Amino acid sequence: MSRQRLAERFGPYIMKSISAINDFVIKFANVNGSGSASANELFAKAILRMGVPVSPRNIFPSNIQGLPTWYEARVCEKGYIGRRGGVDMMVAMNPQTWDADISEIEPGGFLFYDSTRPIPESKFRDDVHTIGVPLTEISNSAYQDPRQRQLFKNIIYVGALAVLLDVDSAVFEKLFSEQYKGKEKLLDSNIKAFNLGADYVKTYLKAPLSIRVQKSNQVGDQIFTDGNSAIALGCVYGGATVAAWYPITPSSSVPEAFEKYCRKYRVDPKTGLDRFAIVQAEDELASIGIVIGAGWNGARAFTATSGPGISLMTEFIGLAYFAEIPVVIIDVQRGGPSTGMPTRTQQSDILACAYASHGDTKHILLFPEDPYECFEHAACSFDLAERLQTPIFLMTDLDIGMNQRLSKPFAWDESRSYDRGKVMTAEELEAGKDFGRYKDVDGDGIPWRTLPGTHPTKGSFFTRGTSRDAYARYSERGQDYTYNMDRLVKKFSTAAEMVPQPVLRLANQSTRYGVMYFGSTSPAMQEALDVLEQSKIALDAMRLRAFPFSKAVNDFILQHDYVFIIEQNRDAQMHTLIISELSINPNQLIKILHYDGTPITARFIVSAIQNQLEKISVLSDQKHQELV
Amino acid sequence: MTYIAKPILHHPSLTRNEVGYTRRDYEGRISTLCAGCGHDSISAAIVQACWEMNIEPHRVAKMSGIGCSSKTPDYFLGASHGFNTVHGRMPSVLTGANLANRELLYLGVSGDGDSASIGLGQFANAMRRSVRMAYIVENNGVYGLTKGQFSATADQGSKSKKGVVNNDSPIDLVGIALQLGATYVARSFSGDKAQLVPLIKGAIDHGGAAFIDVISPCVTFNNHQGSTKSYDYVREHNETVNRIDFIKQHSEITVAYQPGEVTEIEQHDGSILRLRKLTNDYDPTNRYSALSYVNEHQAQGEVVTGLLYIDPDATDLHTALNTCDQPLNSLALDKLCPGSDILSKINMSFR
Repeated sequence: MSRQRLAERFGPYIMKSISAINDFVIKFANVNGSGSASANELFAKAILRMGVPVSPRNIFPSNIQGLPTWYEARVCEKGYIGRRGGVDMMVAMNPQTWDADISEIEPGGFLFYDSTRPIPESKFRDDVHTIGVPLTEISNSAYQDPRQRQLFKNIIYVGALAVLLDVDSAVFEKLFSEQYKGKEKLLDSNIKAFNLGADYVKTYLKAPLSIRVQKSNQVGDQIFTDGNSAIALGCVYGGATVAAWYPITPSSSVPEAFEKYCRKYRVDPKTGLDRFAIVQAEDELASIGIVIGAGWNGARAFTATSGPGISLMTEFIGLAYFAEIPVVIIDVQRGGPSTGMPTRTQQSDILACAYASHGDTKHILLFPEDPYECFEHAACSFDLAERLQTPIFLMTDLDIGMNQRLSKPFAWDESRSYDRGKVMTAEELEAGKDFGRYKDVDGDGIPWRTLPGTHPTKGSFFTRGTSRDAYARYSERGQDYTYNMDRLVKKFSTAAEMVPQPVLRLANQSTRYGVMYFGSTSPAMQEALDVLEQSKIALDAMRLRAFPFSKAVNDFILQHDYVFIIEQNRDAQMHTLIISELSINPNQLIKILHYDGTPITARFIVSAIQNQLEKISVLSDQKHQELV
Repeated sequence: MTYIAKPILHHPSLTRNEVGYTRRDYEGRISTLCAGCGHDSISAAIVQACWEMNIEPHRVAKMSGIGCSSKTPDYFLGASHGFNTVHGRMPSVLTGANLANRELLYLGVSGDGDSASIGLGQFANAMRRSVRMAYIVENNGVYGLTKGQFSATADQGSKSKKGVVNNDSPIDLVGIALQLGATYVARSFSGDKAQLVPLIKGAIDHGGAAFIDVISPCVTFNNHQGSTKSYDYVREHNETVNRIDFIKQHSEITVAYQPGEVTEIEQHDGSILRLRKLTNDYDPTNRYSALSYVNEHQAQGEVVTGLLYIDPDATDLHTALNTCDQPLNSLALDKLCPGSDILSKINMSFR
């Protein structure tokens, strides 16, 4: 029904307006391949430079050109960087998705669109404000080249939005000058495009809107980057020298960024030769094979992949586990199973990685929450791999890996050294130290190893995936086999106290309820905990950072009547892992599952926990009545 | 079985090579393969080649996949580190090991099932990538450890021991290696040690990916009438294109050859391959004529052996990747970690 007819029937319509300073969600609906990504990123960065926290997310298709793509940026003075849910302002640049995009806007919100061509009135909503700017017309009259017309259209809308949302144009000018340093022509043309948009709004529209940005100081020294770059940098700092990989979304940018950083920081200035080797292998099998060969030979090596790659690697992972070879595997998880949702996020490879390969195997998993931990865990994973002589899985996901987010700045302590683990030297062998490759001499389950080429007559051994005795001699004797398998379990429990320990956030009062979460759920969970606290729901929270679970995890569960486990997969994989590895009553654990491929939101967590709590209280009332 | 230790007392009169080792020092554990297995002759040829080349055993890394052939690295070079990887995946593990330490010599031992069936992809890509290694396929056309099924190199029409005829056309690893850019390609026969030993030496000293396909009859499952990988068949159909002598440095030619029959090929490190031509129209420095010669003669049922192709100036993956001379596995933190000052600058760039 048109606004006019509504007015006839119900009297004048008074539209409410969302009014918010530094607290709104703006979503850009674009066409993939139109160059919008860098314009949108520029917009987000400008808000950050205003001192206001912003958390953008790319929602993109498995496609290079033509399909719809979205960029959703949450502006939040309080610093919540999880996805909020809901959209206050839609920048609708894609006719293909117009209807769905329009319907997403919260009542009283704003619709920004290209008004060059008339759009039927029925295509609009009565309860949202429409802001039309003839972007195509402005761009076409200023530029001749079709590609330029397209690219600068993006910058024109950024200019328009800057005025509408009151973002300081000086900030943009500074960003442009940083980006196009030494490329004056590009700098000028970008500023020109920006001003075309800004001037149109100033001349023809009312600005700023009731949602807008105001200078603040909530960003501090935080950095704004993506998890994949952070991991790549962590691999450089952690001393990785060999990387082998096969392209797969969403992990490809890990080795690509590793190469970029290596070219910058790992080339011998005197000789021009590289202190690294990167091979793009023929498949994931070869990638992990190369990494295992390098790890066996004493280099720090890693591969990066996603779920389908993990499936292919599992036979080799079993070899690395059983033959005890240091390996780092970065799994940037995406929606599974099979090809699944390649460009959507999930935490659904947990069991596949924890128990990868046939036979009895268990692997070490790390769950970083943000770029800071991606860097830190990547660097320390090489220490863990060499100390424990086993594969270390760095479990991130598309949400952390490919979206830029605010985090603490990276830190490196100059006194830090690499832990190369138990490697017997030629001197020790020469001195007659007993060497049994698979012998537990220190009581921690971790044997000593030698590197190929160490000593002319001592310390060589034959590495194999078959069973062997403590001196690496082929053996199918039951007691040799069980000695080895039991030692591997002992090594795994040694690992439990060595890996990053869980992080606790206790409620401000004692409570029977606990909640566990991990990885990319972290920012949404932080916000959800605040919201729940305001509604007088007290929860103790534990953020898991690694598998195997240390004793603290078991204790936490025992200290509460119920523990919610929040995860982003259908089958409650972390829940399963906890039940199978710890001695706890499964009835204490309540699953909260989000698995539609979008990043989990605080709104989802809050309502899921509230629903569960209601069920529990109904149940306990019933029990109470039965008892009465 | 491999608990059986070989006697470690050596006869004092055993000849020592220039680095002080006797031939015995290049041996490994007692073989658990069938008596008469061609693979054991190849192991013996490797032992002889390494002893004659004065290679210190611990400077060799021996890698293999899965199968009878892949067990053999346990039976030679006992003082070397060995790695029996997973089926068909030795090339990738060897590639990684090679990247980690370019100073060791890499010996890859595989079989026809391991390299032509399950591992064809890895074989092909290691050749393409010119990983510096001597890659030996002990080719018998059957799966021995699982009792005699055909592998992908079994010739079309050849018969299994049970009388089953193979309908699939064979994969020729020599042809693939030639096509994919291997820079040293040879074929030999486990029953011809005089030919095999110098070919192994040439491969070890080669600057890039060296591949030797060694027809190595399986005495238990593939040595019968109707097999094209039996001792008798290979002896009858062996078409040897050349014989080589491997010479570490230039030396006098002591044997009198007819002029024009001897060519010398100098490899990157100065070692010499002295080639005696047995077939006039064969040129081992031309990849394309080599490929067509091998194909034509194979079609006639002949097994072409000898040094089939060589690029004496071949370089390897390290050259292509521009890696430093110092082995990557020995670089310390100061060479790898950019440090906290640079990290502060990186942090700045993310604001």
